[in-house]
Amino acid sequence: MVTASIAANIAARVEPSRVAAVVARNVGALRSGPAYWVVLVSGFFEPLLYLLSIGVGVGALVGDLTVDGQTMSYAQFVAPAMLAVSAMSGALAETTYNFFFKLKYMKTFEAVLATPVRPMEVAVGELLWSVVRGGLYTVIFLGIMVAFGLATPLGALAALPAAMLVGLSFGALGMAVSTLMRGWQDFDLLTTGQFALFLFSGTFSPVQNYPAGVEILIQLTPLYHAVELVRGLAIGVIGPGLLVNVAYLLAMVAASLWFASRRLERLLLE
Amino acid sequence: MADEPLIYARGLVKRFSRKGAEPFTAVDGIDLDVAAGEAFGFLGPNGAGKSSTMRMIGCVSRPTEGELRILGMDPIRDGARIRSRLGVCPQLDNLDPDLTVRENLTTYARYFGLSREVGRRRAAELLEFVQLADRAEGKVDPLSGGMKRRLTIARALVNEPDLVLLDEPTTGLDPQARHLVWERLYQLKQRGATLVLTTHYMDEAEQLCDRLVVMDGGRIVAEGSPRSLIGQYATAEVVELRFADEVDYSAKLEGIGRLDPLPDRLLLYADDGDGAVSEVHRRGLSPSSVLVRRSTLEDVFLHLTGRTLVD
Repeated sequence: MVTASIAANIAARVEPSRVAAVVARNVGALRSGPAYWVVLVSGFFEPLLYLLSIGVGVGALVGDLTVDGQTMSYAQFVAPAMLAVSAMSGALAETTYNFFFKLKYMKTFEAVLATPVRPMEVAVGELLWSVVRGGLYTVIFLGIMVAFGLATPLGALAALPAAMLVGLSFGALGMAVSTLMRGWQDFDLLTTGQFALFLFSGTFSPVQNYPAGVEILIQLTPLYHAVELVRGLAIGVIGPGLLVNVAYLLAMVAASLWFASRRLERLLLE
Repeated sequence: MADEPLIYARGLVKRFSRKGAEPFTAVDGIDLDVAAGEAFGFLGPNGAGKSSTMRMIGCVSRPTEGELRILGMDPIRDGARIRSRLGVCPQLDNLDPDLTVRENLTTYARYFGLSREVGRRRAAELLEFVQLADRAEGKVDPLSGGMKRRLTIARALVNEPDLVLLDEPTTGLDPQARHLVWERLYQLKQRGATLVLTTHYMDEAEQLCDRLVVMDGGRIVAEGSPRSLIGQYATAEVVELRFADEVDYSAKLEGIGRLDPLPDRLLLYADDGDGAVSEVHRRGLSPSSVLVRRSTLEDVFLHLTGRTLVD
């Protein structure tokens, strides 16, 4: 309900051609030289390395695993989680480091807001761009999963939109957080938080393995919902629980976008 | 509509509230009317409230109090519509270092909803206009300060604005670069553009502005054309006297003309400068240096506020 009304509110404040212009600026920057590509490529490898070292390596020690009545190899269990992590970190890197740099140092948005473009259009445009980046990681990662026999082509196809939603929601969250950053020192906190989510969100072991209190705590955090959704669709265990995951992530998109655009207004339109 | 000024302000106030401190009043109740085709200036020292006023006119800052209409519209309700017809050259260049010189213009054109085609054509024309066509495919960073400023001006013109706002267009530029910027702005003015600029250089105001207001402490302290302000607040000529010793000669100079003692020199206002110099000598005074010059807006400012413009 609240999500829907916020979404309607956002839609009313956005002119598609201006959002497209905000995205186009980033496409232009991408064409400008190798610097951006280095960032782009390096961000992709981390989850892939984890998949190989822990999923395959540690997986050989762990053996098979049974989740929701379905038996699978440990690598098959870990792979969808790494996919979700990949989508998350792709989008997040864009809306934290790059967004913050444009906001605070390059004064990009100051120049943009002197034109008819409004804060919400900046936020939506930057978010869409982060989804493009997250989506690129997702597609490549899914290709690797299929090639390694860690997902069926059908499972990969089903997981694709889910992973895109993961990128969208974490991109939005990252942008909201960026508007609160005071300087680069705050990024250490962000990295630590991101790493904690990465370790405990049902990525490397089912959350049921933790004490009940911890399990509930994990179920309140966003990457858990992302992993559950992507894994459910990738391995074909589909239940009503997935709707809860989708609702959680959609709410995160709406609330974060609304917050980010309000903050941009406060920061730049004083 | 035709008679409506492009900028109309009555009792305009901008106050910034800060955590744990008294609110700071940057603009303290000013009235403005700027008509189409005018070149209008805000002259004043740093902190006079010029930039805050410009931001309100540019619809990126909400007035705290008072009435403001830009192009006949309300900046709060119609901000995006107004901004689509403005060209803004901010005080600090915020060009995009990730893009080429040309892309800085074409990308900006898209924010105004212009097609790629139109954006490309305007970019090419404007790069010619600001003499940067040979740098079109290069990055922004290696450009000199003057080139960056010219590119920022070109960017402000990409939407063919009805009103061009220039916040200190030549601050920080060397004399040659300043003259090149002035030339372009003068050409714009000749083409009928409406220019609003802020400056703390009196020569800039004299060269470019048809009409200007002198601001100090958030208020307008005088208004008129450069010549009329000089006529009203200064004399035709000014004699600058320096003395080798540190004796106060004010009393001995009494009656020749209005005096302004500065830390390093005495300003003596007179319509006939040479006549005043003869009178100084006739009184038996021998200053170490004497300079007779035409009076400027600097003298006007000094007279109105008791302080110099650039410190």
